[in-house]
Amino acid sequence: MKNWYGRIACCLLISISPAVSAADEAELDALRQEIDRLKRDYDKKIEGLEDRLDRQQQDTKTPPAQTRAVPTPGRRQVTDKAFNPAISLILNGSYTDFELDPEAYFIPGYALGEETGPGEEGLSLAESEFVVSANVDDKFYGAFTLALTPDNEAEVEEAYFQTLALPWGFTLKAGRFYSGIGYLNEQHSHRWDFADTALAYRALLVNQYGDDGAQLRWLAPTDLFLEFGLEALRGDSYPAAGAGDNGVGANSAFVHLGGDVGVSHSWRVGVSRLYAEAEDRESSESGPALPAAGDFTGDSEVTVVDFVWKWAPNGNPYRTNLTFQAEYLRREEDGIYSNVPAPYEAEQSGWYAQAVYQFMPRWRLGLRYDELDAEDPGIAFSNTGLDPGDHTPTRRSAMLDFSNSEFSRFRLQYNRDESRPETDDQWFLQYIMSLGAHGAHQF
Amino acid sequence: MRALLILTPLLLAAALPARAELRVFACEPEWGALVQELGGDKVSVYTATTALQDPHRVQARPSLIARLRSAELLVCTGAQLEIGWLPVLLRRAANASVQPGNAGYFAAADYVTMQDVPQHIDRSAGDVHPEGNPHIHTDPRNIARVAEALAERMVRLDLDHKAFYEARGVDFSARWDAAIERWERQAQRLRGVPVVTQHQSWVYLIHWLGLREVATLEAKPGIPPSSAHLAQVAARLEQSPAKMVIRAAYQDARPSRWLSGRAPLAEVVLPYTVGGTPEARDLFGLFDDTVRRLQAAAR
Repeated sequence: MKNWYGRIACCLLISISPAVSAADEAELDALRQEIDRLKRDYDKKIEGLEDRLDRQQQDTKTPPAQTRAVPTPGRRQVTDKAFNPAISLILNGSYTDFELDPEAYFIPGYALGEETGPGEEGLSLAESEFVVSANVDDKFYGAFTLALTPDNEAEVEEAYFQTLALPWGFTLKAGRFYSGIGYLNEQHSHRWDFADTALAYRALLVNQYGDDGAQLRWLAPTDLFLEFGLEALRGDSYPAAGAGDNGVGANSAFVHLGGDVGVSHSWRVGVSRLYAEAEDRESSESGPALPAAGDFTGDSEVTVVDFVWKWAPNGNPYRTNLTFQAEYLRREEDGIYSNVPAPYEAEQSGWYAQAVYQFMPRWRLGLRYDELDAEDPGIAFSNTGLDPGDHTPTRRSAMLDFSNSEFSRFRLQYNRDESRPETDDQWFLQYIMSLGAHGAHQF
Repeated sequence: MRALLILTPLLLAAALPARAELRVFACEPEWGALVQELGGDKVSVYTATTALQDPHRVQARPSLIARLRSAELLVCTGAQLEIGWLPVLLRRAANASVQPGNAGYFAAADYVTMQDVPQHIDRSAGDVHPEGNPHIHTDPRNIARVAEALAERMVRLDLDHKAFYEARGVDFSARWDAAIERWERQAQRLRGVPVVTQHQSWVYLIHWLGLREVATLEAKPGIPPSSAHLAQVAARLEQSPAKMVIRAAYQDARPSRWLSGRAPLAEVVLPYTVGGTPEARDLFGLFDDTVRRLQAAAR
């Protein structure tokens, strides 16, 4: 500041200097003295002002005690109203290229549920998800997810409320929701690390099992994460069907255990079991020109063991991080297929392992291996879709994705899909965009 | 009768760990340290994140859910800083007392005046926080305000130790005010010094010390700096040079390192919070070290 005035004085001098002749040396001296006087004057005034400013700042530094503790008024109005309830929309679409006809998809040894397969070929819109969620009041939370299919059909994927304030670590959830079995089962498709879900989930659960019902969880009061869950469900969706047992046709139980290892590693393991009753469960009729086994009526029991390991240097996933996950699913079914005279009793199982590595901010690379195994249900089922033959279905996938921010993602994926006896080269180019509220994601 | 048999041990288990220490779950190290200052041995604090983690991007890990389950007081920044993970913890932890609106939920941002409150909210502007910039603790005067409210809250939750918390609160506030005066004296020469920041984590610090922010390496908050934007910043710095580029210990080193190689300015790594540097062992150390590092770079 002081220099600035000095500079003005200099400029004044320079600007007037051509006007003065050498003879006016005395006048110039007088002028210099005048400017010096002015400068001193201003310096004094500025110092005074600076002192006053300092004093004022000291005052504002320690405001009166009452104003401190009171939340700042006028700030809340921006947020709570604008963001309650939290509304978000997921846009999702892809370009795909398949070697084999996706309409004729089948897996030997499996009577797949309806709409099971690699999806549409070419340019297509995938499901758009519309999510509304909020705390209902101090005791409840509610969430609603509507999936809009590209065929202009709306489907309620989830619609549930959940308690926030039950004592002793209990949480109750009721409505329609994805069952807590396994690890991938609860995740909505936009959260998958690959364009498609694991083969075992596709074959045994038609991607994921969600149903109407109630879920009770109990979280143990320990430093190690230990959670138990029980579910009673309607039993109206694959692998259950027909809402048997007066509309309580399925139930499940699960245990989750998790923790950290140092600051950089965290893990979770889980064991779950689903018991489902199926009444006239339909299967997709695609596949080779074999007689379909028909509708299934009987019991279906699914066991899932899941494991997730996440690594991020110092627990900071911003630059690099790695997620490894693996799950094993086994389904035992016991019942009757409508077109086959002999009873069906066999075990089908599958597993996958995948690793997704973020090698630099925004870029991730993922590898996945899938394998299925189906027991031969016997001679009566030879030449039906349930005859596994001597083929072991496998799939190898690699993906690369780019996220401009947490809200936008583009993905390129290649599958060498040998779930059918012939090899299918599958390419996916996919986008996922999320609009609206920040969705906090589960582990 | 059978129900009673099952319920009794459950009730006992719920009642047993009562009133030994006030169990506090702190989202960030600065609040963990503040609770420790105010609560001494009457509290047990679990801090969910470290100084090397980005408080915006923390995973809702199972271990955090388990720890929140038995907390009596949750102390976080609020202002949507933890929006990517805290809501999941609150929903999964099955703990009624720490839900928003209850005495066990304490958001520090409720007690300070927010800066950078956007007039207009659009994600094209990056990851903006509608309630304002949440990095409030980088101004120690804000910590003084939060400390007062926090001490009151701790008294409310643990009335048995009312006198203890109050005495510690008064003591802390006296020591803190003296320290603020010291830091302000030490930092006088920093007034008006032009700086570049990596993320907008420093508005409160800059405001407090009277630094002058001439550029930010993130073109938009939360979106990693692109090389094109970095080149622009470097070009702009030729016209109006800055003394230093500031980043937090948890932030990616590359952008500021690149810039300090390109333009004549010092690269300063500030602890950002307690634990960010070996010197920042507690709140006092945090600001001692912050001021010291800034002074060294300005010289």
